[in-house]
Parts: sequence; C-alpha cells; structure tokens
Amino acid sequence: MILDSLVVAQDAFEDRTGWRLEPQGACKGEVCVPLPAEVRNADGLDVRVLAERLGMPLVADEEHGLFALGPETGITGRALTTAEAPDVELPDLDGNPFRLSNLRGRKVLLVAWASW
Amino acid sequence: MWQELRSEVFPRGLEIVTVALDVDAEQARPFIEAAAPEHPALVDSAHLVDELFGVVNVPNGVWIDEQGMIVRPAEPAFPGRSPVTESFRTIDLSTLPPDIADVLTEARKIRTDPEQYRAMIDDWVEHGARSRYVLAPDEVVRRSQPRASAEATAAAHFELGQHLHRAGDHAAAIPHWRAAHRLFPSNWTYKRQAWNFEDPIRQGRTDVYEGSWYDDVKAIGAENYYPPVVP
Repeated sequence: MILDSLVVAQDAFEDRTGWRLEPQGACKGEVCVPLPAEVRNADGLDVRVLAERLGMPLVADEEHGLFALGPETGITGRALTTAEAPDVELPDLDGNPFRLSNLRGRKVLLVAWASW
Repeated sequence: MWQELRSEVFPRGLEIVTVALDVDAEQARPFIEAAAPEHPALVDSAHLVDELFGVVNVPNGVWIDEQGMIVRPAEPAFPGRSPVTESFRTIDLSTLPPDIADVLTEARKIRTDPEQYRAMIDDWVEHGARSRYVLAPDEVVRRSQPRASAEATAAAHFELGQHLHRAGDHAAAIPHWRAAHRLFPSNWTYKRQAWNFEDPIRQGRTDVYEGSWYDDVKAIGAENYYPPVVP
C-alpha cells in the first residue's frame, strides 16, 4: 500500500489490505490480532503500530516522500492469511473499476497473465 | 485462449476473470482487444494479485467458489493448450540469432500440463464443491506461496517502483525493483516486468539489473520454471 504519511484512513486501509478493524483488533478470515488503543489517533490509524502488530514491512522512500506498507507476515507464513478471497478492485482497459465480489454466486477462475 | 474456454464454461456456472500484470496497461491492450473477451478483463498495474493471492509467475490460476472462498490457490494455469511453449518446440532454432536460440533451447525444458489443468476445471464445473480438486481452507492457505519478511518487503518495493514509474520517474523505480529481485528471487513477475522495460525482446542482460531471463532460469533449470500442479 502506497502512503505519503504514516497515518492512514481506516476505510482505505481495510479496502486495500482486507484487514477489518473490529473491537477485538484487526481481523482477516478467522484471524484476529489485538491492537493497542494508540493505533488510533486524531487523524486515522497509526501506520507504524499496524506495521509492527501485523508484521507488515514499512519501506520509506524519503527522496520522494513516500512509504509502502507491505503485506502481513508471521501469521501463516504464507501469502494467504485466510482462504477467503480478497475483494480486490481492479480497472478494465477503460478504467472502469470491477470488484471481484461482483461475481459472488458464481465460480470464478481468476487468471493472472501479462503481455511480457 | 481464455475466451474460448469461457464460452464453454460460463453457461455451466464458471466465470473467468483475466488480470493483466502490466504496469503499463497499454501493453496489455492489443492482447485483450484481440481476444474480444466477454468476461471481465482487468489490469493490475501494481501487481496487487502477487501480494494478495501469492502469484509469482504467469499464467497462474486461482479458483474461487460461489461463496467467495479460494478453493485452489495460485498455481500455473493453462486452458487446455499452451501455444507459447508449443511454439518453442516447433520453431527452427537454426534460423535464430545464437543468443535467442540459447534461450529457446532452455525454454524447451519448461514443463506444463495444459490437458491436466483443463480436466481439473471440467471436473470442478461438473462436481462443484464435491470435486476432488477443490481444497479445504487450511490446505488452500498451506499451498499458497511462502511469505516471510523478505517476500513482503519485496512486494512493498515493487509497489513503490511501479508507483514512481507511473508518476513519470522510471529511473526512480529501478532501485526498488532491484531490491524486489534481491529479496524475492523466485518471483518471476517482479523480474520479468522490470526486465521488459529495459529489453522487451530478450529480457536479457543489461547494466540495470543483475539477472536476465536466460541466466536466472538456467540457474534453476527451466524444468523448474513452473512447479508441477499437484491435484
């Protein structure tokens, strides 16, 4: 996730990462990770607290004023934390957004390919 | 290829969603337009599906059931045919420049089993949740790609790189993509995407990156380029 500060809006964080903030902490599938109260500040969520608790690497590119928060680690040791499919939203060639959950009720074969 | 499959399986309850891992969406356009897909054909410039699903090479398929549960995690996927790898075997190497002939000689060792994957798809369409190829949730997680700090950090670097490239600063992407390659050497999408910008035809050795398709694949043996699909 690309950020330009170390505060992130909850809905943006949830949408991008698939983690949901519940009373018991950050949850994804059957996993919940407790979060300290200081994860919230006046402007949103503290990225450093999220990074530490969820094992998400935080890479800074100071020259460009950017950060990238990587995916969680230390939970399953795998790319998947849960078998629940992420509700990813991606555009078509014309830029129209499409959410994977639009296809709920059908089987889906998601195929990753590339021009290269 | 996928549209052909889609026209057969869509009436039986399976939709295909193609996702182009192209940082520059316009590179995917000619292929998508030629296919004239009826299914969603999406573009993933940030390679989010690498991070979210554990994709490390293309083509890869993920099976998702009607309730939104992944029932097979990302693995090599071919829709009954693999025209690109077929073409490696039929082309006359003596007509090619030596360096390209070397690449294809190695590439001929790539193993795919398109018929097997097609049979698995047909079985899933036929039997749904009772298909023997449908996996339980903890097996799905277990079979997804290993991810520790290095791989996750690679994803962060790759994402920064594509963000900077798309903002118009390609040179700023390079150190991030070099870091991604170093941290996650078995992720072919990070490598091939980056090499493609510098040398689209050969993805060969350049001053920009430490590896090349030929060197990196030969180091592991092209027979290991795609892991075998385990039913």
